[in-house]
Amino acid sequence: MRPQRTVSPATLWALGLWLALFFAPFVAGRFAVYLLGVILVTGLLAMSLNLLVGHGGAYQFHHAAFYGVGAYTAALCITKGGLPAWAGLAAGPLAAALAGLLIGSLCIRLNKLYFGMIQISLGSLLWILALRWYSLTNGDDGIHGIPLPEAIAGPGGAFACILAAVGLCLLAMHRILASPFGTTLRAIRDNPQRCAAVGIDVRRHQLAAIVIATFFAGVAGSLFVVLEGSVFPDMLFWVYSLEIFIMCLLGGWFTFFGPMLGAAIIVLLRTLVGGMTEYWTLVLGVVLIGLIFFLPEGIMGIGHRLRLYRRRAAGASSPRENGHAAG
Amino acid sequence: METALSLSSALSQLLVGLSRAMILFIVASGLSFILGVLRVPNVAHGSLYMIGAFAAHTIATALGGHPAGFWLAMLGAPLIVGGISLAAERLLFRHLYEREHLMLLLFTFGLALILGDLTKMVWGADYRSIVPPPFLQGSLDVLGTALPRYNLFLLLVGPAVAVALWLVSTKTRFGRIARAAAVDREMVGALGIHVSWVFAWAFVLGCVLAGLGGALVSPTISVTLGMDHTIIIEAFLIVTIGGLGNIWGALVGSLLFGVTQSLGVLLLPQFAIVFPYLAVVVILTLKPTGLLRSVW
Repeated sequence: MRPQRTVSPATLWALGLWLALFFAPFVAGRFAVYLLGVILVTGLLAMSLNLLVGHGGAYQFHHAAFYGVGAYTAALCITKGGLPAWAGLAAGPLAAALAGLLIGSLCIRLNKLYFGMIQISLGSLLWILALRWYSLTNGDDGIHGIPLPEAIAGPGGAFACILAAVGLCLLAMHRILASPFGTTLRAIRDNPQRCAAVGIDVRRHQLAAIVIATFFAGVAGSLFVVLEGSVFPDMLFWVYSLEIFIMCLLGGWFTFFGPMLGAAIIVLLRTLVGGMTEYWTLVLGVVLIGLIFFLPEGIMGIGHRLRLYRRRAAGASSPRENGHAAG
Repeated sequence: METALSLSSALSQLLVGLSRAMILFIVASGLSFILGVLRVPNVAHGSLYMIGAFAAHTIATALGGHPAGFWLAMLGAPLIVGGISLAAERLLFRHLYEREHLMLLLFTFGLALILGDLTKMVWGADYRSIVPPPFLQGSLDVLGTALPRYNLFLLLVGPAVAVALWLVSTKTRFGRIARAAAVDREMVGALGIHVSWVFAWAFVLGCVLAGLGGALVSPTISVTLGMDHTIIIEAFLIVTIGGLGNIWGALVGSLLFGVTQSLGVLLLPQFAIVFPYLAVVVILTLKPTGLLRSVW
């Protein structure tokens, strides 16, 4: 008998939600659909970071740099390169993955904090280029009014494109994390020395993870172009990289959908608080410190912990418990 | 005539670069010290630098431009910054030392976000500048080149801070304990030393240097919101190329950073800011752990 592949209820729910969201432009207002688009793009970016940090244990401190590379590549290919828009949007993720390969191969020579510091340095170089290379990038003003194909130029079309792309990316990420490669990645996170001892090429796995994660960050960058029709240097700024960290932390590091949830909350909170006061970053700072003290495993981490308690109460032992309680 | 002109402009540009390097060094050495002892990249360092600059302005203007106001500002601003950092450390930060580095980094980021907006609340978005005392105003004539006195003054302060910090960390009991705690926290605790307070004072010392850097820079640039974001990236770069936690590495890194930028101004003004970043990339490609030995 063939072993039956079990589909978890969470996966079914996610699939159902994804399909239902395609009808959003028909029922929701224009601004709500736009916000949904922002959440999806930002959430994809946060999930790509979590692939590296939550599952891979790498100190990817400047993930936004790759998001920016994807967005700027797409924008420049379309406006300056004369490429068809679809080709430009496809070039974004490829360029981001290439940048990930180059910067990643410099970073993985070192451990943890040094890895992060070097990445901030190299990522900031990209930011400076976007900010100062006026003739190419238009500097501080960014690039606006990027022409897009008619199918995705309107808000409804853009949303459908984003939703479809994000869905495919999440599916791909889910498969990658469930694969032996994903398991190896988590093993490296939990104990790199032991992994090396049993013959796993730790650095090669980490580099592969960086390329994969930066590719998805690049997809998010291209989708940002679809959503906004513009790019600007703040997308590559280090502050934004740390904001993505907050989203992962808020949603939950060791969960798959956590960063998407975190992104949704941060985007909505920003819209809500930004409408009331100019001190949004103060609120964000307080939220962040509150999270670190009271909710270090994030919102979905609570759910995970509750399930563990329940299982323990039912008398079943959980071998996965140790790995997930760490951090 | 042509060569004399370019020589004098090169000389004054070099002085600008060197004095900028001194400010960068004072800030980066504080960052490096905290990294060395607490192993935390303090993202709030830039915000404390900014607060130092604003506080210096407030103190100096409160005394109505009296020359003593300047010196009082140079003394008072770092103390205010020290007070803020001591409060943050004792109330919040010290409860997190057992956590992962990532959480510590994110905590300092949260602090940076809060301090940035608090600065906006207290001081507003105006541009400010303070006036140095009369004998530091104007310029000195060297080889036919007018060199601003204040920049020359910074060239004296930078090395003085370097030597003082070196003395503190090698010759005093506090410095020795701090360095030992950086290597093995448990062992130092087992010897009966209150490690928590050592960390607190190390954090405060590093932050005071950020405040001092902010106070010293305030006569040379316009003090405004957003100055925290650029300095912290530069300080991070300097500390990385110098070797994490190494004070002299921070000095070498700052000089490299300041001088490449000022030479960049001579060669390609529009891209001057890119030169130091390129230097950083070259150094990190060749020697990823930085020029001098990291303390870890």
